[in-house]
Amino acid sequence: MAYVAIADRDHEEYHDHQPQSFIWKYVWSQDHKVIAIQYSLTAIAIGLVALGLSLVMRLQLGFPDTFSFITPDQYYQAITMHGMIMVVYLLTALLLGGFGNYLIPLMIGARDMVFPFMNMLSYWVYLLSVIVLCASFFISGGPTGGGWTLYPPQVILPGSPGVGGGIVLMLLSLVLFIVAFTMGGLNYVTTVLQARCRGMTLMRMPLTVWGIFTATILGLLAFPALLVTGIMLLLDSVLGTSFFMPALLSMGEISEHDGGSPILFQHLFWFFGHPEVYIVALPAFGAVSDLVAVHARKNIFGYRMMVWAIISIGVISFIVWAHHMYVSGMNPYFGFFFATTTLIIAVPTALKVYNWVLTLWRGDIHMTVPMLFVIGFIFTFINGGITGLFLGNVAVDMPLSDTYFVIGHFHMVMGVSPILVIFGAIYHWYPKITGRMLDDRLGRIHFWATLFGTYAIYLPMHYLGILGLPRRYYAMGDTSFIPDSAQAMNAGISIAAFFVAAVQMIFLFNMIWSRKHGKPSGGNPWKATTLEWQTPQTPPLHGNWGPELPVVYRWAYDYSVPGAADDYIPQTMASEDVPRSDPDYHGEEGAHS
Amino acid sequence: MSLFKQLTAKPWEHPDDLEGFHGKVVVKHSTGQMGLWLFLAVVSSMFMLFIVSYFTRSQFPDWEKLTDPNILWLNTGLLVLASVAMQFATNAASQDAANKLRYSLIVSGLLTVAFVGGQLMAWEQLISAGFYVQGNPSTAFFYLVTGLHAVHLLGGLWYMLLVAVRLSRKNQRAKALKSIALCATYWHYLLLVWLILFTLLLRT
Repeated sequence: MAYVAIADRDHEEYHDHQPQSFIWKYVWSQDHKVIAIQYSLTAIAIGLVALGLSLVMRLQLGFPDTFSFITPDQYYQAITMHGMIMVVYLLTALLLGGFGNYLIPLMIGARDMVFPFMNMLSYWVYLLSVIVLCASFFISGGPTGGGWTLYPPQVILPGSPGVGGGIVLMLLSLVLFIVAFTMGGLNYVTTVLQARCRGMTLMRMPLTVWGIFTATILGLLAFPALLVTGIMLLLDSVLGTSFFMPALLSMGEISEHDGGSPILFQHLFWFFGHPEVYIVALPAFGAVSDLVAVHARKNIFGYRMMVWAIISIGVISFIVWAHHMYVSGMNPYFGFFFATTTLIIAVPTALKVYNWVLTLWRGDIHMTVPMLFVIGFIFTFINGGITGLFLGNVAVDMPLSDTYFVIGHFHMVMGVSPILVIFGAIYHWYPKITGRMLDDRLGRIHFWATLFGTYAIYLPMHYLGILGLPRRYYAMGDTSFIPDSAQAMNAGISIAAFFVAAVQMIFLFNMIWSRKHGKPSGGNPWKATTLEWQTPQTPPLHGNWGPELPVVYRWAYDYSVPGAADDYIPQTMASEDVPRSDPDYHGEEGAHS
Repeated sequence: MSLFKQLTAKPWEHPDDLEGFHGKVVVKHSTGQMGLWLFLAVVSSMFMLFIVSYFTRSQFPDWEKLTDPNILWLNTGLLVLASVAMQFATNAASQDAANKLRYSLIVSGLLTVAFVGGQLMAWEQLISAGFYVQGNPSTAFFYLVTGLHAVHLLGGLWYMLLVAVRLSRKNQRAKALKSIALCATYWHYLLLVWLILFTLLLRT
């Protein structure tokens, strides 16, 4: 038989191994849900380190000459590690390793990932990469301080902090991370393609799965670019090759390197770096689409367009990378090309934003905590997206390049926005993971404080950037074009940053406290249609579905269907089983007008 | 069903539809095959980027053309033979011809080891001729791409050993037989990569 439905085959293989002992159940676990939690907790832990580093930065920037324990070297190490941890070790790992692992099998009706052993290995290699990264804090010379983009020659030449062990450990850790990601990513893609349950066609998948699926493909194709740069930079640094290192004078001496091309590094790095933005954004887009539909009790507006937009964003994201390099002296025609593609990618992105707003339009909006975060996200993403249009144009970018404007832009668009989604998603899915609700009042405090706090941090940065305040500077010194009021604003930003950091402790407390003391949630507290809410147990047991795999009869967005008694119809429910509010109502015709 | 048709389906229009358009998920390839093809896509992305960097760099004026050791021709022959032997193994596996399978796997493994050894000898020849990795970028790129290609082959050998062990265990044999085809795909793929790399090395 050449055609075998995996879903049917899986059915026979059920009743295997529910692991019994603690160590096989929670440590060396091959269950996607446990691995997801391991990934998430590790990512959050290392994310807290990055949060601490950002506070070190803000102490220095807000109150220069006050804290003698922050040297210029430490400042540069803090910005470098903060950037790298946030982008790679927190956001990528949490969205794909955490949410991807937890949600893919549950949302498509699979028992687990298709390669569970490799999935487990993926987590442990990720943990190793985090440990290697952290090790660089404890070696002499400390971690690398060359900026998170790791541009050579700066990261390798004496003068930057961490040129000895720091940069080597950073690159090794990245290589490990990529290995871990590849093992996980192969799993996610194969699982989505091959382990969907009966009736779950591609176009019946929830948009969360579409977002994670496309982002994983981006990652699989883009992370090799980081691997290539990492390996070549590692050889330049350790063996003294000259892939990226040009001949130059360093501290009055001619260096041993000769003939490398730093611009080649930039091209390779950003060939990874730009898709990386969408590796973080697409899962967030997907999750927002589901959250907005569930909490507005309405089908997502333009489902097919949402899918196509995700796919086209994924494709276009591979041909925009050089907009990070407008000031590198590139050919103007080259710049024109990349400015054009950058503006084109805004079209499917804007389309998604319109569709979220149109989903809210005349919906039965429940102002739950996840919904608050979704609305916060839509605002923030529009803000960050619009400044992206400024920076995408070469002529506008030139004067703004390397200023606080850039910092404001990318923190809004790929820092705050996806993190708001992550918070919303945690408030939304926490009941499925633990069987208990997060505390609502603490959630609301957390939301409003985080939203206003982050705006107090990042909106002023745009003004500072237009003033010309350069990014990455340890101190501004006596620069004539920078007025004293800029320093006052920087101090205000710092105070807002401490406030936001403190508020996150409320969230951490909520997560820990509600684990034991939260209100029991039941299996489907939000009355959602998707499969993960239809599991026989909450939290789902090993194998997810009990003896029978679910069968999917409909798409994921049957909310407020006319004629149905409830305002949602689970994907697993056939039309004949749907309770009717109007006994005379027949059929589904016109149900989705 | 074509991908285009799937992606243009209107999922809200046909609830309850389990056949045809919204039919059950039908899978042509095993999960192993699918995983391998995806992995090869990742590896292709990596080698493509190395090749692009290599080629771009070779257009700079200070590029000194490296005279490639002649042993590379011999190595290429070895790798071709290893790939052929792997194809024999696949055929033997599909017929479950135990002896033929054993010998073709051993031959293929030995040829592959010989290829990697030959590549090391090429390195040695270059080193003894004074071409170090710190020298002209052409030399550095030579070590880099040959080294990475060899690492991928060694990874394949490790997997082949794993499969060989499973073949010898009764209860795992049926599954392991299917893995032989995966090995063959991987070997053919790495042969193709090597032929592209070799052409590039000879030309620049």
